[in-house]
Amino acid sequence: MAAEEGKVDPMKQFTIEPIFGHDWQLADGFNIAFTNSALWMALAAVLVWAFVAGGMKRQLVPGRWQMAVESMTGFIDDMLEANIGKAGRKYVPYIFTLFMFILFGNLLGLLPVGLLGLHPFTFTSHFTVTGVLAILSFSIVLVVGFAKHGLHFFSLFVPKDTPFLMAVFIAPIEFVSFMVRPFSLGLRLFVAMMAGHVLLKVLASFVIAGGGAGPALGAAVGIPSFVLMVAISALEILVAGIQAYVFALLTSLYINDAENLH
Amino acid sequence: MPQIEQLSEVFASQVFWLLVIFGLLFLVVGLGMVPKIMGTVDLRDQQISGDLAAAQAARDAADREEEAWRKRENENRTAAQGLIAEAKAAAAKASEAKLAAAQTRLDARLAEAEAGIDAARASAMAEIESVAADAARDIVARIAGAEVEAAAAEAAVKEVMAHG
Repeated sequence: MAAEEGKVDPMKQFTIEPIFGHDWQLADGFNIAFTNSALWMALAAVLVWAFVAGGMKRQLVPGRWQMAVESMTGFIDDMLEANIGKAGRKYVPYIFTLFMFILFGNLLGLLPVGLLGLHPFTFTSHFTVTGVLAILSFSIVLVVGFAKHGLHFFSLFVPKDTPFLMAVFIAPIEFVSFMVRPFSLGLRLFVAMMAGHVLLKVLASFVIAGGGAGPALGAAVGIPSFVLMVAISALEILVAGIQAYVFALLTSLYINDAENLH
Repeated sequence: MPQIEQLSEVFASQVFWLLVIFGLLFLVVGLGMVPKIMGTVDLRDQQISGDLAAAQAARDAADREEEAWRKRENENRTAAQGLIAEAKAAAAKASEAKLAAAQTRLDARLAEAEAGIDAARASAMAEIESVAADAARDIVARIAGAEVEAAAAEAAVKEVMAHG
């Protein structure tokens, strides 16, 4: 998918370029160069840290910033309490970090820093990233489940009060649906973020191509495409929040399975 | 799709930096800051509920105080009314006694006066008898020209008067 001269390649935005440390090796063959992807992850992490640090004044009567941070932690706390119950409180640090990291990553990818000549990058549009996050969440489910219930955790695959004959068929289905969870969790976020960015790039290429085809055709194609881009950008901001929420919500639902078997 | 094309060359870097950055974020923000923020929220909630409870307790105390005051007030009022009733009863008794004394005194004087009147009447009657006897003797002497003994005249008068 090499970009031809004068054409916009909608996939180019997802390329990863090493920034420094080209020859850093973790082991033989494992290159860990600091890439633009890592840079945007670090930016998102620093922004999350700055956001939360701004709310650390710990005043009895909170200011605006503290109120914003407390409403975010309260939002995650409420979600976990609703899905898991009182035991959900101990997962707030993980779910909060996960939610904020994905949310800031999604939103940072939407910033029009391309106007400044920089390469905007959405690390959540890479399944290497979303996959690792999904596996992290899934590992927590497995660790909590087996630590809490031992081998009894396998009864998760047999819904309560299932007759034996049905359980024989239901258990394999439940097992497959359980094992698919990390993939669906990681792919959902990756696909949602990539699709939105590709769509925006495609529409932008319409505007550019239309502009090159003369004033009349340019206006006929370019203006509707541009209006659509504005609308889809608004939608993408919504999707950025929703996908981060869905990731955190599903993680908390899966942890609920492990915490409260059935 | 660069995600797949570059997979083999960037896979290790992606996973490594994600784990490092996300891990640091989890340690610093998730474990370091979030519990403090939630602690602040809990502290505030506790303070608010504590203040509300204190206000409720103060209000209850005030209500109890008022109730006790009202009870005391009512008791005082009843006591005062009792005192007034007692004083009234005592005054009524005293005036009754005085009236009774005055009545007895009056009765005594009345009886005395009646006795005086009776005595006067009796003496007047006696005088009338003697005058009548004298008059009867005079009338007899004038009309019949006979001298009647004073005692006989008196007896005759007495007899007439007794018959009415």
